[in-house]
Amino acid sequence: MIRTRELTKRYGSILAVDGVSLDVRAGDIYGFLGANGSGKTTTVRMILGLVLATSGEVQLLGQPMPRGGRKALPQVGALVEGPAAYAHLSGRANLALLDAMGAGGVRRTRQGRIDAVLEQVGLAEVGRRPVKAYSLGMRQRLGLGAALLRQPRLLVLDEPTNGLDPQGIREIRELLQHLHANGTTVFLSSHLLAEVEQLCTRVGVLDRGRLVLQEDLADLQAPTGRTVVHTPDYDRAHALLDGRIEQRDGDRLVVRGADPAQLNAMLVSDGIRVTELGPERRTLEQVVLAATDTSSHQVGVTR
Amino acid sequence: MIAVELSKMLRRPRTWVTILLLNALPTLVAVLLAVTDLGPRPGSGPAFLSAVLADGTLFPLAALAIILPLFLPIAVAVFAGDSVAGEAQSGTLRYLLVRPVGRTRLLVAKLVSVIAFVLLAVVIVAATAYVVGSLLLGDQPLAASVSGTTLTPEQVAVRTVLAIGYITLSMLGVASIALLLSTLTDSPLAAALGALAFLIASSLLLTLDAAEVLQPYLPTRYWLSFVDLFRDPIFWRDIVRGIGLQAVYVVVLLGAAWANFTTKDVTS
Repeated sequence: MIRTRELTKRYGSILAVDGVSLDVRAGDIYGFLGANGSGKTTTVRMILGLVLATSGEVQLLGQPMPRGGRKALPQVGALVEGPAAYAHLSGRANLALLDAMGAGGVRRTRQGRIDAVLEQVGLAEVGRRPVKAYSLGMRQRLGLGAALLRQPRLLVLDEPTNGLDPQGIREIRELLQHLHANGTTVFLSSHLLAEVEQLCTRVGVLDRGRLVLQEDLADLQAPTGRTVVHTPDYDRAHALLDGRIEQRDGDRLVVRGADPAQLNAMLVSDGIRVTELGPERRTLEQVVLAATDTSSHQVGVTR
Repeated sequence: MIAVELSKMLRRPRTWVTILLLNALPTLVAVLLAVTDLGPRPGSGPAFLSAVLADGTLFPLAALAIILPLFLPIAVAVFAGDSVAGEAQSGTLRYLLVRPVGRTRLLVAKLVSVIAFVLLAVVIVAATAYVVGSLLLGDQPLAASVSGTTLTPEQVAVRTVLAIGYITLSMLGVASIALLLSTLTDSPLAAALGALAFLIASSLLLTLDAAEVLQPYLPTRYWLSFVDLFRDPIFWRDIVRGIGLQAVYVVVLLGAAWANFTTKDVTS
């Protein structure tokens, strides 16, 4: 759906995006992670043809960008760096205007589609109020509604849950999961690891303009071959598992061995109390920090 | 797309407030003239104003002459300066472009909307002035040309339409400067003020004898030449020069605006 090759953007002497080769496949919920200022938004803008690349290529739905935007963009819904609307018009009027512009907004179905997306994003009640009376969260929902207006095959969302309360974040997450289940590919750029971890099937990590990681989330979070055991009987466990304990932190032990069931049976048959036990998995945070640390050009950068 | 831009323009409160304000000054002048009966002496003050005390139906022309030097260019500069930069500032520009709306098409739609605004403003000012002039000012059918001979009402009507066209073209020069600046900056204020600075510089140089070599090329040089349409016979020289000069400004500036806008990074 999105494929970039050695995408590079240089602003004067600053290399904002440096040789990024993204691969977003149909059916992905792709989490595009990176700290603020790492080049996420510039990359998104290049994908959508707003910013022109210094070198490299972008293919959006098989069309080269920015030239093929006329063909590709009508099938893409986008939310880039916060929502925007004409403040003096109502949410409904804003959607109608946006739909009337550019190709593909069929007038006959417009009212019906607007009603449907306002319902989807939870704005059905306030659609007739002027946007200047909207809260930040409502504007965010309206922006998302605008992206959904033409039932896109691909959604490109930059920080879609900005300004939403926890309830709103959950609603948006459920909405995206629902759309994904119906066949929409989602490209989600975010700096919120938890959001990406809960939603995405695949992640790419951008660090100072370079793509340092691109993999399926399931692979990143695959068991590491070690088991985590919590036990109050450290001394006895230590005697039993001599040599297999790699790490101890209070009653949390990290034990070599990929079969938690077998380890559990062994501990219990020896009368050792176990409060918690399971395969060790890396969190997305650990993965991302490891990936961005190894690519550090400078030592001691805190983030 | 053009229809959408026009409807956006017409639905904006700002459009109507601006047109209302453009009407306010000529109407005030008409009221003052009617109350005091003190017209400027012929040949002084804004064009046609000395004649309207006798014939109120000439007031549309006087009203246009009143707003042309400053009020109308300010309104046009603000409006055209806002056209692209305003969308950039509010963030809607990026959503228009990914809808997608082609950049050239967007620029053309903005230009058409600016032209429509100028025409709308000029026609409403002329119409209001006609009503105000007929009600408040003299009703002797004088219909005198600037040259002193008499024009038939038909001649006045035709020439008024020509004058409206000429003024619109003159304002298109202003609009082109503002539109170019509007594609260069994300601040509508900067674009509008930049265009005004250009016009003020032009007006200033027109008063300076040392700048004589530049004067035929200054954008404001032939603005008031629309008065020549009401000479008998019509004195075409300055009008033709004015049309040619504005056309060059419009083509060059819009070309630059197009070249810049279609190749720029939209980072707003």
